[in-house]
Amino acid sequence: MSSHAAKPLFHPLRTWGMLLTLAVMALGAFFGARRFLHGIGSTTNLNDQYPWGLWIGFDVATGVALAAGGFTSAALVYIFGKERFHAVIRPALLTAALGYTFVVLGLLADLGRYWAVWHPMLPSMWNGNSVLFEVGICVMIYLSVLYVEFAPIVLERFEQVLSPRGLARRAVSGLKRGLDRVLFLFIIAGVVLSCLHQSSLGNLMVIAPSKMSPLWWTPLLPLHFLMSAIAVGLPMVIFESLLASRGFRRAPEMHLLVPLARLAAPLIALYLAFKLGDLILREAWSAAFVPSGAALAFWAELLVGLALPVLIFGHPGLRRRPGWLFAGAAAMVLGVALNRINVFIIAYRPPYAELPYVPSFGEWAVSAGLVAAFVLVYRLAVTYLPVLPTSEEERHA
Amino acid sequence: MPQDRREFIKSLGLAGLGGALPSSALASQSAANHDEDLGVLVDSTFCVGCRKCEWACRESNKMANLAIEDYANAATLPAPRRPDAGLHTVVNAYPNPAGGDPRFVKFQCMHCLEPACASACIVGALRKDPAGPVSYDAGKCIGCRYCMVACPFQIPTYEYDEPLVPRVMKCTFCFEQTVTAGARPACVSICPEGCLIFGGRADLLDYARRRIAKDPDRYHDHIYGEHEAGGTSWLYLAAAPLPTLGFPALEPVAPGHYTERVQHAVFKQFFPPLALYTLLGGIMWLNRRGAGDE
Repeated sequence: MSSHAAKPLFHPLRTWGMLLTLAVMALGAFFGARRFLHGIGSTTNLNDQYPWGLWIGFDVATGVALAAGGFTSAALVYIFGKERFHAVIRPALLTAALGYTFVVLGLLADLGRYWAVWHPMLPSMWNGNSVLFEVGICVMIYLSVLYVEFAPIVLERFEQVLSPRGLARRAVSGLKRGLDRVLFLFIIAGVVLSCLHQSSLGNLMVIAPSKMSPLWWTPLLPLHFLMSAIAVGLPMVIFESLLASRGFRRAPEMHLLVPLARLAAPLIALYLAFKLGDLILREAWSAAFVPSGAALAFWAELLVGLALPVLIFGHPGLRRRPGWLFAGAAAMVLGVALNRINVFIIAYRPPYAELPYVPSFGEWAVSAGLVAAFVLVYRLAVTYLPVLPTSEEERHA
Repeated sequence: MPQDRREFIKSLGLAGLGGALPSSALASQSAANHDEDLGVLVDSTFCVGCRKCEWACRESNKMANLAIEDYANAATLPAPRRPDAGLHTVVNAYPNPAGGDPRFVKFQCMHCLEPACASACIVGALRKDPAGPVSYDAGKCIGCRYCMVACPFQIPTYEYDEPLVPRVMKCTFCFEQTVTAGARPACVSICPEGCLIFGGRADLLDYARRRIAKDPDRYHDHIYGEHEAGGTSWLYLAAAPLPTLGFPALEPVAPGHYTERVQHAVFKQFFPPLALYTLLGGIMWLNRRGAGDE
């Protein structure tokens, strides 16, 4: 399943953009250090009313949702046999592997006893009733699966740099051949594990019906999360590909991205229809017309985050134009991010809340620092590893 | 091939169904009998707001405490207070619409029959002891605070300022005294007005019903906790509906039922995940074979 159409960029790393990235990381590291030295209370606005905030709603829940490009593109290419989209696999896989890694880092900052994070692995502590247990175990296994799926890319690079007749090179090649033969087992497992924990992530807040806004609480929340993860996967691939093309001054890969947008449109429309149907059947509509911040967040999610991308991706003329295509993908990514924040933060209404929860500067700084670190490692990976496809110009040269 | 896309969408739909359709094998455990569970009946109509229970609670749990004389009457305190990491129980005063003395009511962990916190806990650090109390084991806890999200009574609190070994803090039902030694919890022992009655849950319900029947003018005809959130080990009698005295109005369903039925349907003998794996593998195999023919 290896393809030699991808190669390292060797783009210069000393740019102003990278400097800014490092600065944001430093700020995040400062507040992260404060949290670990002085406790969660020193750095966050979390309290007994709002035990979960930005770090769970954004770093963890949004991170997992936006890493869905990994399993959706793997399913599309390997399981449903759409080989022509092969070039999007590696960047999507990199995003997923990195995304989940940073999800775990973000989670560690939020866990009061981060050093005990391994406890759910002990059978003596298993709780089969806990949704979080299901999410935790699935994410842990899936992260390992992602690393296995990513390993051939690293091995391929070693093959390129090691001396052809050396023992190391032969070992690497042998390992890669062996891995290639069983990789399909991991790819299917990755898709199954993703379906399981993407949906379970939605099941988390189902346990708090009395504390949740009816705009988002539904017993079908797991299905909402699964459908939105599937719907956002390909738009996320499009979003990143266009960002990378712009950042590295390459021509956008419209020949791949336009058909991806066409495939994504019905998936988004399906989720939108399901969301509306569920809302109508539960008779929760009225809450959307009560003037409130929650209603505003709901409409933003529905109109900007779902209806807009359906319109753009579903319109043959619009999706062919890189600007519109990017707008559609960005709206969808934003919409699903907003949905996760809505479900975990906006919808949560503790019975004895005093003031609404607003993330502290430190919480924002740590989240931004994690995003910046993600960008840095992504940048390093595409610079030194064969991730991004060879550009049009190179192919025709 | 257009067929592929249809397959794609169809099987994604299947995956979704596996993830969310309730099945008849919902609640895995049949409702356990909680008649013998230790419980407390709080007859809040007798409470005078002296807050001696707050003092005794801190003593019993070895928490930083004030002198007992420094506990001013609840009526003089800014309303309504909540338990926090330094105090497991509070007494609040609510204005009496009929005039006269305010209505006092005590808050602490309700020790649910099917606790949402225990259902939520990723490591089983919170559990319903067969004797009644919902107990917490800090040695297992990873500090995720999902218990706090799950609790419909907003009871568990957290040591947010502790950097290394923060604990979830909530009423222990004086576990050592009640379960191990068979004695009354500290708050019950100290209550000078006899508002708190310690006993088996079925007896307490029976007793509460008799009190209402004997003095119907004194009580609002409802035992709070009999059914709320699936039932609780602590039960309340009051002159007014508890939701007017700072308690949440709750459905007679344990919140864990909503999540557990989905979870147990998805993982029933691991069949749905394995079926999805096989299905996807089959589709992959068909498509690979097709690719070879091209």
